[in-house]
Amino acid sequence: MDSSPPYLSILGVFALLSVLAVGGGAAVLPETKALTVTHFHWLADDEFRDIYGLGQLSPGPNMLMVIAIGYWVAGYPGAALAFFGFFLPSSFICFGASRLWNRFEGSQWRLAIQRGMAPIVVGLMAAGTVSVARVAIEGWITAALALAVFGILLARKINPAYLVAVGGVVGYFFLV
Amino acid sequence: MSEAAPAPTAPAAPAGPVPLREIFLTFLLIGATSFGGGVVAYLRNSLVRAKKWLDEDQFLEALEISQTLPGLNATNMSVIVGDRLRGPWGSVAAFLGMTLPGAAMMTALGVMYALHKDHAVVSSVLVGVGAAAVGLLASVTIQVGRKQLEHVLDLSIVAATVLMISVFHISMPIVLLVLGPIAVFIYRPHPKRIHLRRRHHGHDIKPAD
Repeated sequence: MDSSPPYLSILGVFALLSVLAVGGGAAVLPETKALTVTHFHWLADDEFRDIYGLGQLSPGPNMLMVIAIGYWVAGYPGAALAFFGFFLPSSFICFGASRLWNRFEGSQWRLAIQRGMAPIVVGLMAAGTVSVARVAIEGWITAALALAVFGILLARKINPAYLVAVGGVVGYFFLV
Repeated sequence: MSEAAPAPTAPAAPAGPVPLREIFLTFLLIGATSFGGGVVAYLRNSLVRAKKWLDEDQFLEALEISQTLPGLNATNMSVIVGDRLRGPWGSVAAFLGMTLPGAAMMTALGVMYALHKDHAVVSSVLVGVGAAAVGLLASVTIQVGRKQLEHVLDLSIVAATVLMISVFHISMPIVLLVLGPIAVFIYRPHPKRIHLRRRHHGHDIKPAD
């Protein structure tokens, strides 16, 4: 580890993730893990899982977890850099592009891009599921828990937050 | 919340500019209460039903823009709707409202985690939350996939994406640069396919109930 906090890397990594987040938060999870865990070694596998879990326990978008990653790496400045890095670039792009949007109304290519990107986004979300599963499933209890939540959510319209909370309770009693 | 005067019912046409404070507080409430993902339902309830700042079509159009551009639906929607209501400052107010509650909570949790990471209770609870989150992620993936995929071709693009990312660990920019043009080429403009694509327009969002 370098002695000086990697402020520039934090800003760069999360700004890159911001413009890559074409399919939302879940679709950018694999790259978030690849960069923060595998490439920069800011987090260990279990720390990534824990911080992803913290994101589930907070209101608003789960990807606000970048704040906790930034804090973990470089304290409050790191938290601020991760937040602004992840949220400002895409927000500025959105602000500008949405104002230009109607110029492309009815453009065949706009539809082709939306249609073509849809399966890629689903693939990225599946890969996001895999990347979290690899660090979060560690034995039959966690596997059963994940399967139960999966099944319940497909069968019933229920706020997932309740099931996430139940997962925490199950963890408290049955997992060490 | 009571209304001061019985306003004439003109849906989605707010009389006069919406105060920035109201934009901020509206998104603050969404940002503070939207647990468990699925922020779209919270947004629709607030912006279309309660506030009537947008009608259903305007909401779907904003959502389509949010989903197509990089960034999260929640924050992109706040930027777009804030801009429609009050220009750039409306965007800022809506964005800050949307992110502030979660950001404050994440900061607090991040600080506590750094202090108590190795505490047995902390780690066992988070192991359980992480496992539940995997089930949640999988179900959201299936639900989005069921709505949007209709061809075998779609499934092969999904499979190619998963293979490249999860098995071969190819970095995401490369995956997008390789698969993006291929997928767009497959669905390139073609007279016969237009109505097929249009068929799903407006139906790709699940009802908010």
